[in-house]
Amino acid sequence: MHDASSDTGPAFAGPGDASAASAQDHSLPISVKSLVKSYGAFRALDDVSIDIRSGEFMTLLGPSGSGKTTLLMVLAGFVRPDSGSVTFGDKEILLLPPHKRDIGMVFQNYALFPHMTVAENLAYPLKLRRVGKAEIRERVERALDLVQLGGLGHRDIQELSGGQRQRVALARAIIFEPRILLMDEPLSALDKNLREQMQFEVRRLHEQLGITTVYVTHDQREALTMSDRIAVINDGRIQQVDGPRALYEKPETYFVANFIGETFSLPVEVAGDSVTLFGQPIETGAPLAHGDKNQSLILRPEILHMFEGDPDPGMNRLSGKVRQHVFQGDSVVTYVTVEGERELAVRRQHRSDETELAPGSDIQLGWLVQDTVILPEGDGSS
Amino acid sequence: MTRTTPANDSAAEPTNRRALRSQARGEQSRLLALSLPAFILVGTLVLLPMGWLFWLSVYGSDGFTLENYTRLLHPAYKETLITTFELAFLVTGLCILLGYPLSYVASQLSPRWASLVMLCVLFPFWTSLLVRTYAWLVLLQRRGVINTWLMDMGLIDTPLKLVHNFTGTTIGMVHIMLPFLVLPLYASMKTIDFDLMKAASNLGASPTRAFWEIYVPLTLPGLGAGVILVFVLSLGFYVTPALLGGGRVMMWAMQIERSMAVYGDWGAASALGVVLLVMTLGILWLLGRLTGAFAGAGGR
Repeated sequence: MHDASSDTGPAFAGPGDASAASAQDHSLPISVKSLVKSYGAFRALDDVSIDIRSGEFMTLLGPSGSGKTTLLMVLAGFVRPDSGSVTFGDKEILLLPPHKRDIGMVFQNYALFPHMTVAENLAYPLKLRRVGKAEIRERVERALDLVQLGGLGHRDIQELSGGQRQRVALARAIIFEPRILLMDEPLSALDKNLREQMQFEVRRLHEQLGITTVYVTHDQREALTMSDRIAVINDGRIQQVDGPRALYEKPETYFVANFIGETFSLPVEVAGDSVTLFGQPIETGAPLAHGDKNQSLILRPEILHMFEGDPDPGMNRLSGKVRQHVFQGDSVVTYVTVEGERELAVRRQHRSDETELAPGSDIQLGWLVQDTVILPEGDGSS
Repeated sequence: MTRTTPANDSAAEPTNRRALRSQARGEQSRLLALSLPAFILVGTLVLLPMGWLFWLSVYGSDGFTLENYTRLLHPAYKETLITTFELAFLVTGLCILLGYPLSYVASQLSPRWASLVMLCVLFPFWTSLLVRTYAWLVLLQRRGVINTWLMDMGLIDTPLKLVHNFTGTTIGMVHIMLPFLVLPLYASMKTIDFDLMKAASNLGASPTRAFWEIYVPLTLPGLGAGVILVFVLSLGFYVTPALLGGGRVMMWAMQIERSMAVYGDWGAASALGVVLLVMTLGILWLLGRLTGAFAGAGGR
């Protein structure tokens, strides 16, 4: 990733003032409080509150129908909520019509005007803001350079490839220097290679402009690689807001644990601070967040280690039988049966000098005490 | 090295080339055969009569003559020409004024309501032209439904002159022409992605500006198609102006009919026909260029 200070700074600031301070001027914090939106009996947003910091890259992550797009549309002004408050900086904007909110937005299908050329699309928001002709021309050119489409201003939208359209949509959303940028699954229509390339570019642009960005996606990998923080949404509620790493390593709800990464769960019994798994006590790194009797132990394939003998001291352990190895190129996944019926997966780096245990072999599984995550299935949310 | 091995033979004549070529030729000739009946029909029923029409207009009893055309310079024809164009422009304009909002509403409705609205638009379309024209006569005449109502309600004292004049003709023709405008317009409105309007609004366009700068330009191809249909059909309209105009509204098509039925002058009628045809083609070309330019920019 680029270092923001080594770059040219905010794209539209004049040369010479590429300081962090001017990046701050180009962004606003967003504060959402108690937002409710129902469609009949269905609650698309169920008392949603979230604070997004100035200049932050915040991703709204959730399955389809979770309310993440509804939240974005409320911010943009295209969905009128039942109640709640949204402030940009210290200004309440919920009652403002979309065209007075002054926020950039990249639509899922790009929404480029087909009857205008690339340059006319970019010039449109500037024209609406009564920017002079010479300045429009200059800014359009700079914006095109910024998204690496220099010289394509005269093209029709129909002549562009998907990736190019994506770049035009991005350029159009930031050319009028909005202080907030919304993106609605902007990369979902692109193929995998292009998507990864664009993820990098969006991130680079964000670092260059320092603009507060709210990004909607259902792709957890995209969310983990791009975001400063991620808000996981399900059933119209925010489940957890955290940095990518914290979200992955310390999920706070059963939904988050299962939605992000590959997860296997085993039932455990909790009594006070002691936890038993299939009758054996296990250690937890920290006090449990919930006191429920029946909870789940969350295990991911990459935190598990296999031992033919005893696991290292300081590890929780579990015995099982090897069922099958699946070779995946960079890694090998071993499926292990525990307690006769439950299945876990163990992932490890592929190494040509290792021999694999024959299916049916007895094996010990171990994982670090600090990797032990125990959560109640019900999420505590009724 | 001698060219005797099979590999060398196939280098001179690539595998299956001849067979594939004849297959392609066969496909082409089958396509031609499929379209041949239509070509023959158009040739015998359209092109041939049109050639004959043109021939009749320039070939009189004394051989080649332009007399039929010079006669058209008479003021009476000039007046008819003006009336015809006035009416066509007026009808087209009113159709746009009525049809655009109607199509817009229909395009925004849920599929069930939209089909109901379109049924209402299309229903008259399936009724005979003559029946509809007489129905307007019943509604609009001196002691017709509309005048009786207005007088009963005390809004007017004497009946309005709604029919047997330019007004009546216009009303009847707008009613008949409306579906021709609404259908292509509705179709083009249905294809417009509403996210474009959201995008315009997000970029700072007020609803009014978004409508005029984004929505309207994108409907121009459909509007153009509808306008061409209405305008060209209006130019050659006969039945409705003849009945609702009461002889006071002289259309070009009525001049043609009079030349034939009253004077039996096939030469004059043919010349009138040729002039109408040429003018219509000219306008089609012009409108096509205009809307084609829009379509090129707005097409998706």
